[in-house]
Amino acid sequence: MSNQHQVISPEISFAPEHSGDTKRIWRTFWLLSVVTIIELAIGLAIYNIHKGANPNETLVLAFKGMVCILSLAKAYYIVSIFMHLGDEIRNMIMTIVVPLSLFIWFVIAFLWDGNAWRNLRNTDAGSKPNTEQVQHAPVKEGTSH
Amino acid sequence: MSTTAIPSGTKWWNGGRSPFNVSYGKVMMWYFLMSDAFTFGAFLISYGTIRFSVNHWADPNHVFNSFPFAGHANLPLAFVSLMTFILIFSSVTMVLAVHEGHHMNRKGVEKYMFLTILGGLAFLGCQAWEWTHLLTGEHVALMSDGSLSILPTTVKANPWGADLSHAEMLSALQVTPHEQLVAIANTLHHGAESGAHHELAALSNQDLINQITTAGLHATHQGPIAFGGYFFGITGFHGFHVFSGVVINIIMYIKTKLGHFDQRGHYEMIEKTGLYWHFVDLVWVFVFLCFYLI
Repeated sequence: MSNQHQVISPEISFAPEHSGDTKRIWRTFWLLSVVTIIELAIGLAIYNIHKGANPNETLVLAFKGMVCILSLAKAYYIVSIFMHLGDEIRNMIMTIVVPLSLFIWFVIAFLWDGNAWRNLRNTDAGSKPNTEQVQHAPVKEGTSH
Repeated sequence: MSTTAIPSGTKWWNGGRSPFNVSYGKVMMWYFLMSDAFTFGAFLISYGTIRFSVNHWADPNHVFNSFPFAGHANLPLAFVSLMTFILIFSSVTMVLAVHEGHHMNRKGVEKYMFLTILGGLAFLGCQAWEWTHLLTGEHVALMSDGSLSILPTTVKANPWGADLSHAEMLSALQVTPHEQLVAIANTLHHGAESGAHHELAALSNQDLINQITTAGLHATHQGPIAFGGYFFGITGFHGFHVFSGVVINIIMYIKTKLGHFDQRGHYEMIEKTGLYWHFVDLVWVFVFLCFYLI
């Protein structure tokens, strides 16, 4: 076990211990690879569902949610192990993670807005009726008059 | 492990020591990456908003289904998995370089930095191939004047809309000009002898239409124009990060070889470079998710 002898700055009184072996790095590599392979399997499953005559949209949505969660897991391992953020002191971790939580609002609000635009597009009140994909637009009665 | 005992009652924010016990450069690298994460996040969320606002979006399994030297084989997800694994592997070699740096092992740092640079270049090569393939692709799509035409995938053209029905295709073929019919018939003759073009040009419109319909032409509506802009914009911005990361890695490799970090007494520059390189991998996780998987 090699002790830390590098002096980076006199202002730093603490350095995380770096273990002598690379076991953790390789374990993370295998974990990321396996998660990626699972993601690809789900991607191919979605492709095959779409090929079928009557795609089950709920199942597709569930699969898409699953790959989103798996991607977040990959992001966690890259940041925590590869970028060594997990080895820093808690205050340092929090100054990075807390601002990023803004993304929770960011994603929900904007996707919600996009969805609202599609709903508006598909009504008579829509500013730009979509003539290109007529067969895909759900037929809606103008009930809001 | 503490290298110096910290006396109780230490005033952390009075200066003279780092409150986060991290060097200034590393803290600032983290804050730069956080701001960069917001830039990428804003781009991807904007893409998601537009995608949610339309009824039909390009199916990634149709757009990205080719592989170098595989001709017209339908291989969804294959090439992008290769790109993903290249990037994951170059991330591992980067973290191994950082690890060797902690142990002041110059030869080890050199070896792993070299492998990381190779991984980065391989990724850029893959991206260049994919872009070229899309920009020079030939897909038959319905134009706004009702005729059929051959479109590539660019920031101004998106041939990945919904499929045309057989009846729609037949009526579109009737109003398609002769040169376009020849060009469309030509795309159905991949690998044919070079004289085919002249023979096709001599045929009448009706003969060409018969030939095209019996060959089973696959034609589509045009999709939302935003697709190309978002795809090339976001993967281009990511590719630019990969490129600048490779340049930084090359500089660090040279500095390692010249022994600069041995003179300095630590390899912290390799750690900071590593943070940037891992961030590039991190962004790819989400680009891969948003453009190729869902």
